[in-house]
Amino acid sequence: MIGLLDAIIQGILLGGLYALFATGLSLMFGVMRLVNLAHGDLIVLAAFVILAVTEKLGVDPFAAVLLAAPILFAIGFGLQHVLLNRTLGRDLLPPLLVTFGLSIIVQNGLLQMFSADSRRLRSGAIETASVSLGGDIAVGVVPLLTLVSAIAVIVALNFIFYRTSIGRAFRATSDDLDVAQLMGIDVNRTFAMAMGIAFVVIAIAALYLGLRANFDPTIGPARLLYAFEAVIIGGLGSFWGTLAGGIILGLAQTIGARIDPEWQILSGHLAFLLVLVIRPRGLFPRAID
Amino acid sequence: MDPGTAKPKQIFRIATAHGVSRPAAAIACIVLLGLVLLPTFAGRNLIQDLIFLFYMLALAQCWNLLAGYAGLISVGQQAFVGLGGYVLFALTLVAGLNPLLAIPVAGIVSAALALPTALIVFRLRGAYFAIGTWVVAEVYRLGFAQVKALGGGTGTSLTPSVTASVPGIEWIKTLLDVRTPAARDIASYWLALALVVGTLAFVYFLLRSRQGLALGAIRDREAAAASLGVDITSIKLAVYVATATMTGMIGALIYLQKARISPDAAFSVLDWTAYVIFITVIGGIGTIEGPIIGAVVFYLMQRYLADFGAWYLILLGTLGILVMLLAPRGLWGLLSRRYDLTLFPTRRRLETEPDE
Amino acid sequence: MPLLSTHDLTAFYGDFQALYGIDLSFDAGETIAIIGANGAGKSTFLKAIAGLIPSRPDSVLLDGHPIGAKRAAEIVKLGIALVPEGRRLFPSLTVEENLLIGGHGRKLPGPWTLDRVYGLFPILKERRASAAPILSGGQQQMAAIGRALMSNPRILLCDEISLGLAPIVIADIYAALPQIKAEGTSVVLVEQDIVQAMKAADRVYCFQEGRVSLEGRPGELSRDQIHRAYFG
Repeated sequence: MIGLLDAIIQGILLGGLYALFATGLSLMFGVMRLVNLAHGDLIVLAAFVILAVTEKLGVDPFAAVLLAAPILFAIGFGLQHVLLNRTLGRDLLPPLLVTFGLSIIVQNGLLQMFSADSRRLRSGAIETASVSLGGDIAVGVVPLLTLVSAIAVIVALNFIFYRTSIGRAFRATSDDLDVAQLMGIDVNRTFAMAMGIAFVVIAIAALYLGLRANFDPTIGPARLLYAFEAVIIGGLGSFWGTLAGGIILGLAQTIGARIDPEWQILSGHLAFLLVLVIRPRGLFPRAID
Repeated sequence: MDPGTAKPKQIFRIATAHGVSRPAAAIACIVLLGLVLLPTFAGRNLIQDLIFLFYMLALAQCWNLLAGYAGLISVGQQAFVGLGGYVLFALTLVAGLNPLLAIPVAGIVSAALALPTALIVFRLRGAYFAIGTWVVAEVYRLGFAQVKALGGGTGTSLTPSVTASVPGIEWIKTLLDVRTPAARDIASYWLALALVVGTLAFVYFLLRSRQGLALGAIRDREAAAASLGVDITSIKLAVYVATATMTGMIGALIYLQKARISPDAAFSVLDWTAYVIFITVIGGIGTIEGPIIGAVVFYLMQRYLADFGAWYLILLGTLGILVMLLAPRGLWGLLSRRYDLTLFPTRRRLETEPDE
Repeated sequence: MPLLSTHDLTAFYGDFQALYGIDLSFDAGETIAIIGANGAGKSTFLKAIAGLIPSRPDSVLLDGHPIGAKRAAEIVKLGIALVPEGRRLFPSLTVEENLLIGGHGRKLPGPWTLDRVYGLFPILKERRASAAPILSGGQQQMAAIGRALMSNPRILLCDEISLGLAPIVIADIYAALPQIKAEGTSVVLVEQDIVQAMKAADRVYCFQEGRVSLEGRPGELSRDQIHRAYFG
């Protein structure tokens, strides 16, 4: 009984990490209908940027992410403005192929620069600290912070989307590209802003990716799949749906792993396929499509 | 309208043949004959290189049919390559079947699994379909990693008795006076050649058929095709299953030649999908000629640049992006527009001739 | 100098030519109506002026300056706002957000604020927090006009604002025109409803197959002339 309860709590916390992976993807799709096959590799890239900042400046990863975030915002803004905006249109292939090519470039660029060695972000005592929840159940501080950060990111994104004029422009552009331009919205710049913000989310996701486990240049594609599964399970209606999707995926993986450690990833994929069969539009679908 | 003032009557004829294609057909026959006879004089390295070229080309034709014509952009075709390979290993190692027989069975098994797979991934549209197929391929990979009889996560090798049991090896040995390993390569070479010619012929005749016309309509404008009564879902499903069948057979052949399989290699998205996509796109998607050119370009790059490792892949990714942005119809698109060439005429052209 | 003029304006959708050399002009404060059969190129003309369809730089002049090559997002900042056919409110935005986004790229000072638009169409104030798609057709049309006004346009382009609406609702919407004109705004009406258009306009252009087939003041045109200009 305690074992199951523990698995559920750990699953929810793992879901926080997947929600962080997924929120950036969800944002890109929500605003520019871009399905970014390089998403996982970009998270790994961000983890290496944070690592480089910690090593160069000798600062804590939490401080490093504050320094890395503006850099990553600029990279995201530039990437969208220079490259990805050119791929958007009615044809599906250009964005898919270009982000697929980007995925290979990022992966191999990282291999070239950082080698295939496993790395980890180090943050001293906090890594191993845990909080007791009574009984025999204790949760790690870092997993707890991951979930709290995921919630904070979603609250912040909802604020941007529903309380600011740039957020209004995001939603309007997503609804109707032509009419958005009639409102004086510079679509290219709006998309670039959205990508910049997505990259800040990627930076936060990368922080916890690097704190919770080892990473190396090849683990990106698996992270893309988790992010994608969380987005689809949650439906495309809201960021909260994405959080729910992440948690369901985290639960499926954790419970699967309790049955047999080799089944962790497989159980997550199967849960995703199951949701697809039962509710093809996800748990919280978008009202208008 | 007054018949007396009507324009001179014209006869309209819909033709698929094209000026260039008759000599091209003759050249194709000569090239094919040359390729069949090649093992009599070529060295083993060339034979092995060509086997690689053939199966990459066959995979590219399948992906091209799927993505370039049916609009099903999959990044999960490695599912069927790996499946075909594993079926061959299971049938030959565990059930003791002859490898030559195992290849078509691998195709049938792939088709059988493609149907339920389609049931799930067809619920996803467009770009989501792409990632959905990838998830399915991962499920296959993780699933086969659980099969201990086939080596689990580390994989297994074909026994020499299996690899030697391909019919005709003894015959090749005596005919061409070569040792067993070389004879095996030659047998694989002929099989690969047969498969690539078969794939090309299948795609070519499919596109020239009525169903092919519907596929062209889907490629050009899906909504319009639907409004004209083209049953898009069943055509897409048929193409998905057909390409899965061929991909499974190619996978079986690839792993018969490699004689060693593991889940990570057999279900590799880089080897069996990324390369294949780049071949198709660089050569020219939505044409039969494009993947042929793409495969040759890819083969040359692989041969001369693969030693650069990560840089080679970075170059390949960059090239793919540049072609997509600057020449979305690929190298063949550039060539055919410039010289008005068609080697495999699948487009119908309206020809008119004045009435006599 | 006219406020806006077009010179040999052409427009294409891919290979299909929709406009064949339109010459048209109007002054500040003037209201013109463009009438014509379906497919005559009326909507295309508005889209070309609004920058949704590219055209030659000097084929559209605003105050004598070429604006033909500018993109839609730049043109609205120069004071030309389009009320698109079929209203096309943003479905995931509330009514008030739809109005606010109309002022997104606002560069020009001017009379129109949220309060003024609510004064013009009081029903919108009641429904300010509603999602746009649940409004009635007439309310949606009011919101679409209000949204365009929020950019403080010097020229308001209206594409089929009476389409699909009941006559009483159409009358309500046209009743707002004098208040808009009172701010010195020029209005271009593209209309199927000829009677409505003739009542509201100072001058009328009739389009036929991408060309101007007739031009004049409503009182000076006979039914027969219009009929011929319409159908050729």
